[in-house]
Formats: sequence, C-alpha cells, structure tokens
Amino acid sequence: MREGFTNIRIGMFLEVGTTAGAIVGAALATRLPPHVIETVFGVVLLVSVYLTLRLREPEPVPRATGLAARLRLQGTLPTPEGPVPYAPQRVPLGFGIMTVAGALSGLLGIGSGAVKVLALDQAMRLPFKVSTTTSNFMIGVTAAASAGIYLHRGFIDPAIAAPVMLGVLAGSLTGARLLTVAHSTVLRWVFSGAILALGIEMIVTGLR
Amino acid sequence: MMNGRPHGPAKAGATGGPTDERPLPAPRPATDDGSDRRMQLAIGSILRIGVLLAAAIVLTGAVVWLSGAARTDAAFGTFHGVAPGLTTVAGVVRDAARLRGEAIIQVGLVVLILTPVARVALSAVAFALERDRLYVALTLIVLAILLFGLTGHTL
Repeated sequence: MREGFTNIRIGMFLEVGTTAGAIVGAALATRLPPHVIETVFGVVLLVSVYLTLRLREPEPVPRATGLAARLRLQGTLPTPEGPVPYAPQRVPLGFGIMTVAGALSGLLGIGSGAVKVLALDQAMRLPFKVSTTTSNFMIGVTAAASAGIYLHRGFIDPAIAAPVMLGVLAGSLTGARLLTVAHSTVLRWVFSGAILALGIEMIVTGLR
Repeated sequence: MMNGRPHGPAKAGATGGPTDERPLPAPRPATDDGSDRRMQLAIGSILRIGVLLAAAIVLTGAVVWLSGAARTDAAFGTFHGVAPGLTTVAGVVRDAARLRGEAIIQVGLVVLILTPVARVALSAVAFALERDRLYVALTLIVLAILLFGLTGHTL
C-alpha cells in the first residue's frame, strides 16, 4: 500500500460484490458436493491462465466515463517517468465478475485473488500492478466474510491453520518486497504458472 | 488515499512525508494530498499490526500446543469438524485462558479475521471525515455484510 499502487475506491466499491458473493459461496459450500466444485473451479482457473497469457497488459485509459466517473474510480500509477493516469473500463462487468469471484472464494475457502486480478485487469483494464495490489487489498475482507461462517461450523482446524498461516505470511512478506522491482511480464508468467498448477491439481483431485 | 480527485499542486505535504521505514524506488503519486496519504498509512498500519499480532498469537499457541503432552498423531486424511468449544469466539477465549494451545491458535485466527473488519471500519471513518457520503454508504454496506458472516449466519 505504501507504494501507491492500491486504488482504495475501486477496492471498496468492489468489496460490496465480493463480500456478498462470499456469503452466498459459504452457504453453497455447506451444500454442494466438493468434488464437483473443485473440478469446475479447476477448469475456470485453466481458462484464466489462457486469457492472462493471450491478452497483454492494457494501455491505461486516462478518461473515466459512466459509472467509473460517477464513483470517481480513476487514479494515477506511479512510474519512474512520472504518474500515469488510468480509469477503469466496463465497471458493471468488473463488478459482476468480482461477485462471482467472491462466491468462489466463499465456496472454496481461498482468496481467489486470481479471478479478482482477471476481473480487474482484463475486464476493467487496470494496470497490472494496480490490479494485483488492489486485489490483495480486497482478499482479506472477502475472506473475512466467509471465515466467520467456517469458524462457527467447525471448519477451521488449528492444527492445519497454524502452519498454513505462518507459512503464507512469510511468503507474502517476501513477495511484497519483490513487487516494486519485478517486471510486469515476469509477474504475469509467475502468476500464470501458479494458477496453471493450481487448476490442474484441483481438476485431478476433483475427478479422483 | 483517493487518487481520483484533482488536487491543487500547492497543498502542503503533497509530496508525502518521510514516513517509510525502508527506502523504496517507487515515486509517490503526485495527486495524493497529505490527509489521503496519512489515511493510507493508517490503514496500512492497521493491517500490518493486526496480521503480525495474529501471527505472534498463532505462533505462541503452536508452541504451547506442540509442547503439550496430549499430542496424538495427526490424521488429516479424514475431515472432521473441530471440538465444539473451538467454534465460537466465547468458547475459544475461555479455552485460551486455560492455556490450551489449540484455543490460543484460534484466538490468533480470530484476530486475523477481525483485522480486515477493523480496516473497513476505519475506512468508513476516513470517508466520513472527507464528507464522502457515497463511499461512507458503500463502506457501511460492506461492514454490515461482514458482521452478518462473523456472527455465523448463513443464507
């Protein structure tokens, strides 16, 4: 956040969709057979990788129109050459995808940052660093919406949660330090590789 | 924090304060004014403090739990819900007070879950200070949804 990439208005606005979706997803999680959910989500992830690699990072569109202007969602991206203005496009579509992302997150108990980034940079055409950091900014809130439900249902086992939480924290602290020096292209490939592995793993687990 | 509005370039603190603990190559966004910047840093601190506090509690709980005598072999192959005492905030706090490792871990996780909720609450205050009614309303909607989930409601 200190680096000035996060767009808090976009995050806040889209959190309405992601948290509502997460509540719906958590409700579904208690009802649907897990292998069906896993398989479908694995497929969604593979499609996401395809889209990420096929599409290039969008050129920032400086002018906000329609809903983006009314919600004042435009911002500036700090670059070595000075601030570059950008404005999100297709806000209703982005909001819709984010709601679905929230539902998937509640359903699977993951942050689904992957789907969020796809909504932010592919649908809304935000610069890659803005979409990644804004998505990170939202993950905690989205997860918190369903985490309370998991806790009450006894889905959170401290024996699993403790090592996972400490490991994720160590990993994300390392990643945050790399972000400011990393190249967008490198980020996209690392990101795609991770999602590809995750997608294949989920399909294999789901079909077994 | 709201980098959308056009700001006068002459505003004091427009270049941001020397508040970073470590040097960063990234330049400051030129449109941030002082209060936006302070807000962003305050929200950042809440998240950092909450997560580190949660991690410290989880780590403490893990140490207590692993050093306990009542350890059995882990059986992660089958899924089973945890003990009833570990599923409510009141139950978790009660057991943690008896220095049960698992309950201390759960307290840390509850702190972790509450961290973004605190962030949203602080954002609502920040938007109110900026007299930004639209975003106060949006933020309060998010807060209401979060509280609905935290109290264990499902649809």
